[in-house]
Amino acid sequence: MAGASAPTPQARRRREPLRPLRLFWIYFRIGALNELQYRANLAVQVFQSLIALGTGLAVLGLVYSQTTTLGGWTHAELLAVMGVHILMSGPIGVLIQPNMERLMEDIRQGTLDFVLTKPEDAQTLISIREVRIWSTVDAIVGLSVLVFAVAQLQAGLGLVQALVFVAALLLGGLTIYCFWLIVTVGAFWVIRMDQIVELFTGLYQSGRWPVTIYPGWLRISLTYLVPIAFAVTVPAEALTSRLTPETLALAFGFAVVVFAFTRWWWRFGLKHYGGASA
Amino acid sequence: MSGMAAPATPASGRRPGVVRGWIDLYLTMFRIAILNNIQYRVANYFYMIGMLAEPVIYLVVWSTIAREHGGEVGGFTPGAFAAYYIVWTLVRQMNIIFTPYGWEGRIRQGELSAMLLQPIFPIHFDIALLAGWKVVVIIMWLPIAAVLTLLFPPELSVTPIDVLVFAIAIWGAYLVRTMIYWILGMAAFWTTRTGPLFELVITAELLFSGRLVPLSLMPQWAQTVADLLPFKWTFGYPIEALIGHLPPAELFGGLAFQLLWIVIGAIGVRLVWSVAIRRFASVGN
Repeated sequence: MAGASAPTPQARRRREPLRPLRLFWIYFRIGALNELQYRANLAVQVFQSLIALGTGLAVLGLVYSQTTTLGGWTHAELLAVMGVHILMSGPIGVLIQPNMERLMEDIRQGTLDFVLTKPEDAQTLISIREVRIWSTVDAIVGLSVLVFAVAQLQAGLGLVQALVFVAALLLGGLTIYCFWLIVTVGAFWVIRMDQIVELFTGLYQSGRWPVTIYPGWLRISLTYLVPIAFAVTVPAEALTSRLTPETLALAFGFAVVVFAFTRWWWRFGLKHYGGASA
Repeated sequence: MSGMAAPATPASGRRPGVVRGWIDLYLTMFRIAILNNIQYRVANYFYMIGMLAEPVIYLVVWSTIAREHGGEVGGFTPGAFAAYYIVWTLVRQMNIIFTPYGWEGRIRQGELSAMLLQPIFPIHFDIALLAGWKVVVIIMWLPIAAVLTLLFPPELSVTPIDVLVFAIAIWGAYLVRTMIYWILGMAAFWTTRTGPLFELVITAELLFSGRLVPLSLMPQWAQTVADLLPFKWTFGYPIEALIGHLPPAELFGGLAFQLLWIVIGAIGVRLVWSVAIRRFASVGN
């Protein structure tokens, strides 16, 4: 009768392809319940997002007080870029950054043991266990800016274009996640990685502007090294009728390759984890 | 409040002098900060490269506009922008102060208690430790500046007087900024939700200091507002002291304004501190 016993956890996992999503949902609920205790933080977040929005608009206004187009992009088009930029900072703030910060901390303190001993895929767990729901305000603000910008665009927005935009956005989000994790895995070798947050926040600001305005070396770095181009410019190109099928295919191919690499890199880094009998 | 007293001197024998005590204190703090930070070169470079993104973005955007408008905008050529923003990177490093966000930890977690036990007003620790860090940062900044100069050739001609005033002005900027953000940070004595307040001030600084763009490119009303605020003495003035060919009155007058704001700031720090410290309580730290 032993053969008919209950399936092993591994076998169960194989049969449940949506398991990461289910786990995410559980962690999301825990995170939400946690943050709902501090409701005043929502007001704080709204206020901060509005300040950031105001600053962004002021900068854009300043630039367009001196010119009518910047590298071929009009005011409305750059507003769309800004919308995508803020929108993308939503998932980064909700999920990616808090999880990576926690991972760095856990590696340094040896408390990653608690994740590794759980009968789930460790990469999935370290990517979803922290949720800061109030950062969704950024996504909402970004979306509002985007809607406003699209309404101003002369060409409007068709259904296909909208779908392509969503696809580009998802690919961009995946690429940004991979970038964060690749760099964070460095914490297995380098002890003090906390400045990486500053590094990313700084570099992410470059996405406020279409990467096409940057000089060649910087444009290539912001595309392949720090994939801001795929995260912000490509989706914005989809909205402003600039995106070619080749670029979209490139974004797709790059996302797949970088995801596979991230998976390998994470496992490679994990081998260097000593733990600390936490 | 014995806080402002000079560092402790030996009780017996000749008193070595207040000035000597201060110099000793500052030199020791410098050494600690330098040794501390030299260990974490990778972390420091991450930090510095992250900070580089901001000026490079401004530089690229404004150079693009200048080129699209026949080579200059508001009197700035791409080369002049390059000079402005490369000097900016050093001024920015010099401008790093004890962040007001750090105050939250100090107060919420009671870290301040340890500082209060020492017979020195805590601002001196911050000034000295961060000044020591700057020595490391300036050394690390040199190769970055060299690379930036190659990538974005600046148009720069300076006189020895400009360099001299600049060398003083960056430390003046550091002190002005320290005072502003110390006063701001002390808001944490009253509330743990200081973030929005800080962001508001940081935004005002961004717009009215010359950090975002040379102030001469701002609308007239914004320049008038900037004149009334301390921020431009921390960014725009030091940069323009070096590259702006300021007339002597403005060049030296700027140092006087910095001094004025340092004095105002120091008075502000003392006033706020004397009220704020009464609210502080901590257990077992």
